[in-house]
Order: sequence, then structure tokens, then C-alpha cells
Amino acid sequence: MYAVFKRELLSFLSSMVAYITIGIFLAVSGLLLWFFPDTSVLDYGYADLGGFFSLVPYLFMFLIPAITMRSFAEEQKEGTYELLVTKPISQWQIIWAKYLACVILVLLALIPTLIYYYSISKLGLPEGNIDSGSVIGSYIGLFLLGSAFTAIGIFASSLTKNQIIAFAIAAALCAFAFLGFDYTSEIFSMQSFETTISSLGINQHYQSISRGVLDTRDLIYFISFSVLFLLFTKLATGRK
Amino acid sequence: MSISVRNLSKHYDKQRAVDSISFEAKPGRILGFLGPNGAGKSTTMRMLTGYLEPTSGDAEISGKNILTSAIEAKKQIGYLPENTPVYTEMYVKEFLRFIGQTYQLKNLPARVDEVIKMVGLTPEQHKKIGMLSKGYRQRVGLAQAIIHNPAVLILDEPTSGLDPNQLVDIRALIKELGKNKTVVISTHIMQEVEAICDDVIIINKGKIVANDTLTGIKQTHSQHSLEEIFRTLTA
Repeated sequence: MYAVFKRELLSFLSSMVAYITIGIFLAVSGLLLWFFPDTSVLDYGYADLGGFFSLVPYLFMFLIPAITMRSFAEEQKEGTYELLVTKPISQWQIIWAKYLACVILVLLALIPTLIYYYSISKLGLPEGNIDSGSVIGSYIGLFLLGSAFTAIGIFASSLTKNQIIAFAIAAALCAFAFLGFDYTSEIFSMQSFETTISSLGINQHYQSISRGVLDTRDLIYFISFSVLFLLFTKLATGRK
Repeated sequence: MSISVRNLSKHYDKQRAVDSISFEAKPGRILGFLGPNGAGKSTTMRMLTGYLEPTSGDAEISGKNILTSAIEAKKQIGYLPENTPVYTEMYVKEFLRFIGQTYQLKNLPARVDEVIKMVGLTPEQHKKIGMLSKGYRQRVGLAQAIIHNPAVLILDEPTSGLDPNQLVDIRALIKELGKNKTVVISTHIMQEVEAICDDVIIINKGKIVANDTLTGIKQTHSQHSLEEIFRTLTA
């Protein structure tokens, strides 16, 4: 499994995929946080990263499908998937290796944004006046949300030979998983129904972790979400 | 027996791509798997190598069942799929090292150099696979198939698209490898079968229509050219 994981990660790093996607992510999030007047923290006036953490999930909806779209689609198109599955490695090992390589890439995109935290804590009055607990929680939340999106992306990629289609399916599924349940829940007027449905969505759990409270229910939600989509991937890539 | 196949079938809806075939392949011999396009050659090979799931029947590779101990069976096989799929963005050595790692081989750098020499890749060993000519890419495909020194080699049309010089080289290499391994190659080039195969299986519409040694099949049909035999059996 380590061999496949290493190959996947190196193929990201030796092609332009990693640099372009991470570069665009950092450029857009930087612009939104510091320059664009509607969202800029400088105009907002409070030393707070809340705006940044509510924007990143929307960027991830496009960034992560772009990272994951090739993982199975390209191999199925080039025929190298046949090469891979006829080696003595199990299907789960292939899926996990690809999943982990993409998660690492998401992590690499997140790490440079720590500089935003540092800058804003320096800008606070008095210096360092920032809710660190909530920032740590939000980063954990973003990482879990990124992992969930990655699982969706891997699954979408396993459905097709066409990377564009994989991207579109993944982006749509990510958007629905993040927001769809909230919007669906509003259709119903019964309160109990509403909370049940919206608690199926990612946003609900992401918001809860972002407050800085790491609840095991949210953790279990994210882990089972990823495992579920990897299970779907296994079904989609099974021997035909 | 290195390969023994029992009533192996693959059905797609009502179409029977492979229809209950049984055969055996012995070590030290090269088995030519012949048939017109769409006869089920690749499907059979893909079932043996674990890429496709058989509809019914099973097979053993060096005594390992392909269904119940799939991973063990895969370790015994060196497989070159049709059209030689390789990671074109990787370097030759990097790719072979990767394949070696999937078999968890020890002493990998030495083994990579060894197979590069065996398949004659030495002049091109520092290039990216995507930059190689078709003949050299085929050698990379062969090198990855033999890197773990498997008992069984399954090669799906290993010489398609090569020029006459490359053809001779690759055939000589396969013949050399066949001395102490069980080799199964699929092809529809009759001269190739005459040049390197010891045994012949002709398959048509998913069924085996002939299974004999090369000399045996010529005697039973009392015709001189394999091409005529092939035409009468599959037309």
C-alpha cells in the first residue's frame, strides 16, 4: 500500500497539479481575506478568522474535486488500472493509498494558511487577542471537512473514465453534502424533522467543531462519512 | 501444472464471451493462445490475472486458486496487459522500482538493473517512459512482468505494433524466458506461433476448438500451414 501511496503523492508533486491547485487556493483565499472589500478582515475591523473559515468550504468544493478527479478516472482511461489490480495488492489498499495521498495534498494546502492566523493575532488589540481555541477547532473542522470531500471526490472519480465528469459529479455532491441538507430541512415546517435532516449535512457538524468544541459525535460523523464513500468506491471499482 | 483452468466462463448478459473452457499449461513450454478478434483471448487472460471476475468455473496458478487465494495467485503471475499500459509520466527505473515494491521485493535496485539488462533497456534506462518508442515501451512492459521472477508469464499480444527488427528481439526474449517458466501468449500472427510456441490453443466464440502441441495440430489436420488450420477452425 505504501508503494501506491508514494507513487500517487509523487505524481502530484512532480506534475503541476499540486502546485497549481494549491497556488490558486492560496491566491483566492488570500484575496478574499485581505483585499476584497466585502470579505476583507481589514475592513471588518475585528481580529477574527471567522470569515475565512466560512469561505474555505466553498473553495474546497472546487479545489478538492480538482485534486481527486484523476485518481481512478485517469487510470481507467489509460488502462494502468488493469496493471495495478493484477499486482498482489488488495482493492482496499489501492483505495486507501489514493485517498490518503489526496488528503495529504489538502493538508499541504491548509498549512500555509497558518500564516493568516499569525498575522491576525499580531494585528489584534492588544496583540494576540484572538480566540485560539476556536481557530484550532476550525482547522480540525476544515481538515475533517476536506477528508470528507476527498472521499466524495475519490468515489466520483471511480465512476467514470472522464476526468471532467468526475470533477462535476464531485463538486455537485460536495455542494449537496455541505448545504443541501440544510436547505432541504427548511422545506419541512416540523421542528424535529428539520433538525434531523440538517444534522445529516456536513455544515451542521462543521459549524459545531468550528466553535472550538470537539464533540465525539461530530468526529464519528466525519469518519463514517468518509468510510461510507470509500465503501461506495469499493463497490464501484469491484471486479466486473 | 502451472496453470490449470476448469470450466471457466464469462457471460455478459446473454453473450458468452468465454464459454466453459478448460486447459492446462506446463512449465518450460510456451503456449500460444490463438483466435480471431473478440474470441475471448483477452477475457480469459483477464480472469486468470484477477482483473475480471469469472461468471463460473475456476483456475489454479501454481496450485493457488484465483478466487479463494487471489493475492497469492497474483504473486505467481507476471502479466503484460494488451496495449502495454504504463505510467508514462514516470522514469523507467522509477516505474520498475514501483512495480517491484508492489511485490515487496528485497534488493530492489539490483533487481531493477538486472531486468533492464535482460530486456535490453540499458540505452534508454534514464528516460521517461512517455518518451520511449513503442518497442522500448514494450520492453518496459515485459520488464515489469518479470521483475519478481514469476513462475507464470501471461502476455496479451506482446508483439502487436512492433517493427520487424523489434519483433525478432522480443520473440527471442520470450523464447528465452520460456525455458524455465510457463508462458502463455495471445496473438493472431501465425508466423509468431510457428516461431516460438510449443503448444497451441485455438479459441473461437468463447470455446476451445483445438488444443494440441504445435506438431500435433499439424498432423491431425494433415495440412501444412497453421494459417489454413486456423481458417477452417474459426471461419
